[in-house]
Amino acid sequence: MDPHHALALPHPRPGITPDNRFFWDGLRQRELRIQRCAACHRLQHPPAPMCSGCHGFEMESIVASGRGTIHSFVIAEHPAIPPFSYPNLIVLVDLEEGTRLVSRLVDVAPEVVAIGMAVVVDYERIDDELTLHCFRSLETAGG
Amino acid sequence: MAEQSFAGRAAIAGIGQTEFSKRSGRSELRLACEATMSALADAGLEPGDVDGFATFTMDNNPEIELARAIGAGPLRFFSRVHYGGGAACATVMQAALAVAAGVADVVVCYRAMNERSEQRFGIGAIPLAPVATTETAHFGWYAPFGLLTPASWVAMQAQRYLHDSGATTEAFGHVSVACRRHAATNPNAWFYERPITLADHQASRWIVRPLRLLDCCQESDGAVAVIVTSTERARDLRQPPVLVRAAAQGASRDQQMMTSYYRDDIGSLPEMAFVARQLYEQCGVKPHEFQTAVIYDHFTPFVLAQLEAFGFCRPGEAPEFVRDGRIELGGALPINTHGGQLGEAYIHGMNGIAEGVRQVRGTAVNPIRGVEHVLVTAGTGVPTSALVLGRG
Repeated sequence: MDPHHALALPHPRPGITPDNRFFWDGLRQRELRIQRCAACHRLQHPPAPMCSGCHGFEMESIVASGRGTIHSFVIAEHPAIPPFSYPNLIVLVDLEEGTRLVSRLVDVAPEVVAIGMAVVVDYERIDDELTLHCFRSLETAGG
Repeated sequence: MAEQSFAGRAAIAGIGQTEFSKRSGRSELRLACEATMSALADAGLEPGDVDGFATFTMDNNPEIELARAIGAGPLRFFSRVHYGGGAACATVMQAALAVAAGVADVVVCYRAMNERSEQRFGIGAIPLAPVATTETAHFGWYAPFGLLTPASWVAMQAQRYLHDSGATTEAFGHVSVACRRHAATNPNAWFYERPITLADHQASRWIVRPLRLLDCCQESDGAVAVIVTSTERARDLRQPPVLVRAAAQGASRDQQMMTSYYRDDIGSLPEMAFVARQLYEQCGVKPHEFQTAVIYDHFTPFVLAQLEAFGFCRPGEAPEFVRDGRIELGGALPINTHGGQLGEAYIHGMNGIAEGVRQVRGTAVNPIRGVEHVLVTAGTGVPTSALVLGRG
């Protein structure tokens, strides 16, 4: 990526804490990770410092298959906030493991996106420090 | 109803506000001072009578600065409530609790902001290099993907609501039309004499689909203050007391700040249903016993979800309920008779409390006859609050 371009259009970043670092580290390795309780194996997203099910503090993670379906979506049009391009399709994905997360839908036209659409994960490298997940239509991704 | 409850033991004795504009030309602190002085005058009280304040964590005017400016003090109660507009009715709850407990005598609840001319909430604040805190970690699940504005956060739930209920965006439009109709006859409203039609709503531009411009409240400069004191003391003051018959806060399971997307049903507002249950338990009022209601309207879809949460209609039936003028003047449940935040001004819900007081007093510009109880709600999508106001 052109470094001047990156400077001109800084990307919003997450606050990275000891509780969520595994997730953002995983993306840089092109892995979509889900937090799992080491004791009861309950999955949870967004991650937390402890398991809200069994109250254990020992947390680990698994790597998601990357497949899911769209639970809801929005098409952001205004205001246009750099560095994003508009319309921006933002989706809430039900992962097949059972957790849900917000991501972007790429290479899909606004007229086509629908609740229930099957999607598969991909990755967008923003810079050395930040890689984001995004999703594509399973059909067009040939998954 | 329980005897130990604070419900009914505190009253709103005064209301005050500035003009509502897009550019006040004055400091936010000055707006707070003007609204507070106006509310005190309305109640027949002096700054020296004030011994408590309650406001939002988001308000930029510390209690002590307001107290210093108006010459109040010493103060023995000051409290702030978090979560944006969800704090609105909770400020009155805090004040009522303090008064009922004997901790304070006269509490000013206030919100003052140059939200349009100085600090706009809708433009999308981007955390470029955030310090790692619990809240920046939270926004990290949304902001990097472009989910940056309140409209976008609400739109995600609104889309699913449409899917689950089978409604179209016309349901949102009916809310907008009602509020603008009421604002059209309110000289204090920004949209005074500017009603809209459903066709206007449907033709307005997309902000974040499925939300259009006319689904989004205004951005406003202005301030509102209300004075809370004991019901007993309020009876001796200038205005007829408006009782805080019930007041409640609510955050539900798996609650987030504007992004409670991880529940089975993301189209409803369980935190507001929880608030509703508490209100009904506190004062025994039932949904059909409200003559009017002020339903927080930062974005139209959550007005529908609130009507369901309070039992005015069943889950999924609000799109039908809001048709045919049922929520307009002359309808079964006129809502937001001042025009709401879509029509009057966006003062983070505090102007809705002032309208609830005027409806109980019988001084509203769009008066409802025979008002016994008014429901007033606070910001939704966030941990929230609500009040039942009634005659003393």
